[in-house]
Amino acid sequence: MRLEKCYFCSSTCYPGHGTMFVRNDSKTFRFCRSKCHKNFKMKRNPRKVRWTKAFRKAAGKEMTIDSTFQFEKRRNIPVRYDRDLMATTIRAMKRSQEIKAKRERAFYKNRMSGNKLQKKVENQALVQKHIHLVDTPQIKKIAQAQKVAEKNKLMDIDMS
Amino acid sequence: MTTLYNFKQITPVPTGGDFLDIVLSKTQRKTPTVIHANFAISRIRNFYMRKVKFTQESFDERLKAILDEFPKLDDIHPFYSDLMNVLYDKDHYKLALGQMNTARHLIDQVGKDYVRLLKFGDSLYRCKQLKKAAMGRMATIMRRQKDSLAYLEQVRQHLARLPSIDPNTRTLLVCGYPNVGKSSFMNKITRADVDVQPYAFTTKSLFVGHMDYKYLRWQVIDTPGILDHPLENRNTIEMQSITALAHLRCCVLYFIDLSERCGYSIKEQVSLFHSIKPLFANKPVMLIINKIDAMKIEDVSAEDRQLLDDIVEKDKAQMLGMSCYTDEGVMNVKQTACDRLLQARVDAKMKGQKINDVLNKIHLTKPVPRDDNPRLPHIPEGALTKPKYDAQDPNRPKLEKDLEAEAGGAGVYNIDLKKRYLLESEEWKHDIIPEIWEGHNVADFIDSDIQEQLDELEREEERLEAEGYYKSDDEELNSEDEALQSTANAIRERNSITQIEARLKTVKNRPTLPKTAIKRKVSEVADHFESLGLDGTEVENRARSRAPKRARSASRGESVARSASMAARPSGGEGSVVRDRTTLGVRNVKQKLESEKVRQLSMRNANLHAKRGESDRAIQTKMPKHLFSGKRKSGSTDRR
Repeated sequence: MRLEKCYFCSSTCYPGHGTMFVRNDSKTFRFCRSKCHKNFKMKRNPRKVRWTKAFRKAAGKEMTIDSTFQFEKRRNIPVRYDRDLMATTIRAMKRSQEIKAKRERAFYKNRMSGNKLQKKVENQALVQKHIHLVDTPQIKKIAQAQKVAEKNKLMDIDMS
Repeated sequence: MTTLYNFKQITPVPTGGDFLDIVLSKTQRKTPTVIHANFAISRIRNFYMRKVKFTQESFDERLKAILDEFPKLDDIHPFYSDLMNVLYDKDHYKLALGQMNTARHLIDQVGKDYVRLLKFGDSLYRCKQLKKAAMGRMATIMRRQKDSLAYLEQVRQHLARLPSIDPNTRTLLVCGYPNVGKSSFMNKITRADVDVQPYAFTTKSLFVGHMDYKYLRWQVIDTPGILDHPLENRNTIEMQSITALAHLRCCVLYFIDLSERCGYSIKEQVSLFHSIKPLFANKPVMLIINKIDAMKIEDVSAEDRQLLDDIVEKDKAQMLGMSCYTDEGVMNVKQTACDRLLQARVDAKMKGQKINDVLNKIHLTKPVPRDDNPRLPHIPEGALTKPKYDAQDPNRPKLEKDLEAEAGGAGVYNIDLKKRYLLESEEWKHDIIPEIWEGHNVADFIDSDIQEQLDELEREEERLEAEGYYKSDDEELNSEDEALQSTANAIRERNSITQIEARLKTVKNRPTLPKTAIKRKVSEVADHFESLGLDGTEVENRARSRAPKRARSASRGESVARSASMAARPSGGEGSVVRDRTTLGVRNVKQKLESEKVRQLSMRNANLHAKRGESDRAIQTKMPKHLFSGKRKSGSTDRR
């Protein structure tokens, strides 16, 4: 019994779930659900469909190069059962997945780090344009303070 | 090979009259038939030219088919060409085909000439006459070929009935004087059913039978009897035998009847053998003594015996006796003849050129021992010392079958498949091996050097940690940024709510009213102010102060509504007062209320049916008379 990866979205297919398509050249395609199967039948390229793992990897949204990926792969080398080896393997699995998750988090943070300034600019523009919508005295005060601060900043720049 | 000489495929040759009918009716069928004198002359000419040309072409086609289909005497196997010469006379045959060819050329010429003439035809009549003349001439030419056509048809019919003899295959050829038992022999060894009668020349043509020997197909040819006289005097029937003898590569079985019941003496039969001997050159010859039930070889007189022995010695013929009547020696004759022929064919092939190509490819290996070391089969030590299994011995090694019997027999006992696993430790054999862990296949991680890999990863991890890869530089947002963020979020939320409300409000099937026409209560306005964090009471006070002084009897609600509607107006100026027509012509509030009541009552029915007003969809007459009265004919009931 094996867990397969969905051909389209790369999610895990548990035994007894999803469908398999065997093409006449005997290549097999696993699909986790009918959504993926339908998209495949529409001849869509998983790399061009935004919600698939393939797209996210291709578009640089997820970590693709890392040493932790070396642990999980089909090796096709028969290894005779060994209790100690099995224990080591399970330990290695846990540890490698832990490290992988950590690195993914770091990757995400790194990826998002550039957004901060842009987000601030957007927020300012929004507030300046639509402040009347939430124009309660309290918020008004905050907005006022911000305006003053900005003016001061400009003046500082001018002065310097 | 057999398909090469299949004369059954030749299409029948029509007689002269039929030939004409076929071609002319084809012209009639396949060319246009309608023509008028007032058509353009070019069209008329084309019409008749087409007819002439078409007729000529179909004559040509049919004659060519005859010429192609009939075998050319120079191209076919000499046996067949000689046979055809004997049966149909070569000169006559060639002449007939030659005449067909001449007729074809003549017709072509006629067609060409008349097409040329038709180009100058100046009227329908002239053109038609030219066409008629052309066809007439063609028909005349064809009619002259009547005899040739009849002859060819005869030949075709006869050819189709010729036995399909393959000149190149393994063949036994039976020959001899008439009435010596050739056909009887043929009937004995093949499934052919040749007529056998007690008079000479029962068999008048060649017959073919087939038999199997050594998993091969053999062809046996029965020939008509031959008489001993010079070649020029031989008749057609005998000539067929001679042709077959001359041209087929075969084993010749020369039949001799020692009992002389056939009506010919032994001497005569032997002299015939000698006279046709030249035809046996390079062929295995067998001298078959038939009818030994009537006269044995040993009983023959000394001088006859001498004649026979001469043949055997000088002509290398093998003498065998047999009797078709008692079946004695028939099989022996067949086998000996076949073997001899087979040997002769192999010898002939060995002498030929082609054999070298084949022999080059054949190689017979003869292994030579490389040294004197004895190489005995290897039997392991354990196998030699192992005691022989004995079911009776109580100390015998236990088989799986015995284990099953001990543990409760079939259906109860479960074979332990794991017990013969080859693992390092005995106790690991029955471990339950995990397959899946948190959505991963355990098998994908198993690697003999997993520990080294893990250690390597840990080292890398430490290095990254030291380099500060994981150090998050997410400094806390300052209060100012936080406030900005929260304001922006509030705005976004507000926007989304407004969007949703707008979507809910826009109903397509209702007229859109201007904002000024929508009445809002003061309390609503006040609530709105409250929600914005302003004081709502101020608004209420202002509305009250702006409202006209209310009369004592006036209800409060109305005044509030009115003031609200005034308040909602942006300008509030006197010039754009919208008069409420419900209050026009009403003297006081009491009357107004009364009128309102009446209005409500009148609208009740409409409201019950969810109608907007009097004008909203109504069914005036439920059963319009014109639709429901009178007799109906065809048509639907909703329109008349």
